[in-house]
Amino acid sequence: MIVEILDVVIAGLLLGGIYALIAVGLSLQYGVARVFNISHGEFIMLGAFATWILYTTAGINPLISLVMCGPFVFLIGFFLHKTLFRSLLNSSPNMNIFESKSMLACFGLLFIIQNIAILIWGADHKGYSYLNVGVNLGGAVFAANRLVTLLYAVAIGTAFYLFLAFTRLGKAIRAAAQDPRTAGLMGVDINQVLALCFGFGAVMAGFAGALISMCYPIQTTMGLEYTVIAIIVVTLGGLGSIVGSFLGGFLLGLIGSIVSYIEPSLYMVVFYFIFSLLLLVRPKGILGK
Amino acid sequence: MDIATLKTPKNLITGAILLVILVLLATLPLYGPGYPVILLSSILMYVILTVGWVIFSAPTGYISLAPAAFFGFGIYTSAIIGKAIPFAVVVAIGGAASFCLALIVGALTLRLRGIYFAVFTFGLLMLIANSFNYYEIHFTGTRGRFVMVKGYDTIYFFMLGIFVLLMITATLIKHSKYGLALMSIGQEEEAAEHTGVNVVMVKVIIFAVSAFFMGAAGSVMATKWTYIDSGIAFYMLYSFMPVLMAIFGGMGQLYGPVIGAAIFTYLEELLITRFPEVYMLIFGIILVISILYLPDGLVGLIQESWKRFSVRKHADT
Repeated sequence: MIVEILDVVIAGLLLGGIYALIAVGLSLQYGVARVFNISHGEFIMLGAFATWILYTTAGINPLISLVMCGPFVFLIGFFLHKTLFRSLLNSSPNMNIFESKSMLACFGLLFIIQNIAILIWGADHKGYSYLNVGVNLGGAVFAANRLVTLLYAVAIGTAFYLFLAFTRLGKAIRAAAQDPRTAGLMGVDINQVLALCFGFGAVMAGFAGALISMCYPIQTTMGLEYTVIAIIVVTLGGLGSIVGSFLGGFLLGLIGSIVSYIEPSLYMVVFYFIFSLLLLVRPKGILGK
Repeated sequence: MDIATLKTPKNLITGAILLVILVLLATLPLYGPGYPVILLSSILMYVILTVGWVIFSAPTGYISLAPAAFFGFGIYTSAIIGKAIPFAVVVAIGGAASFCLALIVGALTLRLRGIYFAVFTFGLLMLIANSFNYYEIHFTGTRGRFVMVKGYDTIYFFMLGIFVLLMITATLIKHSKYGLALMSIGQEEEAAEHTGVNVVMVKVIIFAVSAFFMGAAGSVMATKWTYIDSGIAFYMLYSFMPVLMAIFGGMGQLYGPVIGAAIFTYLEELLITRFPEVYMLIFGIILVISILYLPDGLVGLIQESWKRFSVRKHADT
């Protein structure tokens, strides 16, 4: 019995680590840059495929290629914001219109990125085996790569939190999240900060993708599934709350693990049910202001 | 629209053209069976979804991603009761089922604003799709079900009928006090409320009316596919397509979405079986370009260039 409980809880935490990372990225993009990025999952897919290619063709360790893929995904996100979202921001009379417009533009991006990827890599499952050895945790056995994933997710999350809390740029980002106009008046280069945030969000997705590729088979159409999970987690944690998203990721991972244990096919139904209920009862999420 | 505006020559001409088009469309199956009828049925399906979406979302600015949910409700209605009852009644019930769903959903959720509403409607679609899937696997023991097949001509005439009804309804709404109320909600909801518009009631009713047509269209189209399951009936693209088609066509005029839907459906017919990736790629690129450079869509672009052209003509004389 104890082993079973341990099994479910640890599986939930392992899943939650990835969810948390994905959600922090989305939360950053929406909370600061005000872009509700439906194409978030496509950046996860890009990260996963970049890691897969580096591992299968050049034999580069996924944990090292993680660091290499980061800047690559960051640049894509950064320039997307500099070009596409900046001009949308300039042409929108108010933030509500910008939010709708940018969300729809993200739909477009989703289809563009995903279908270019399908044209290049096809739609089959891909995968590789890395650190695929069992580790015994008090009776429950887990693959080592999944444990590494959790470790990395927590490390990246913590590092990013410290960055936001203690650096000058972090302070600028928090200021921009609260009130972009005033932050701009106080000397924050607001356009730069928003583009950086969008880039950071993309990096989180890229990292998550690299970690996912270590544990699960990957596919060019995998993006939307993770986007949906990120949206649920972000709603759970409160739109725009970074800490909320991080905790929400683990919470949803645990819920998912428990539901899977009881009735695996109800998994998605329960996710959407929680999500719908949450939006009705408490749209601000568990940590929303 | 009152009688006085109908009497001006310009409106008479427009009316005459519309009548001719309608007669042509209605007699189309007589000129010969086959492909045009099938293609036009698909076009009408997307036109109905798009115009239905535009009735509610264009003036209010609430982006609904629920069309696939209403469409799918219609499809399932047709699959469940289609065998026992006359087809026209089935279609009406399909529409009514979606109408009721929209009424409940609308009453619960229309206080959510902006991005929350879009996200919720998307979540709702996925919740319904997954629940149907779960129910089918665990209680009926099968995945999906068969639908009574109808002839292509029957499908076509029903779609045409729904389309005409929808266009009349859309025009009436646009020119009534409800249309004005919707627009005022889109511009400034608080102000609309203070000037005495019953904001919640107007939103919920128009939302439900738009869902009625989507549901009716769904219950007609179900008979074309012979087999349906929750994946086909609640296919996500039925929610995204209307949004794109409306933006591409332009939402300022009612014929904008119609043109947008017609162009895209034709493109889909050409490309989707042979190059599905290319089609979806083009879809994405056009969506981004339309949002960036065509704020009023294709119709807006044409009107703009026409205006420039006529200004230049006047300047020359």
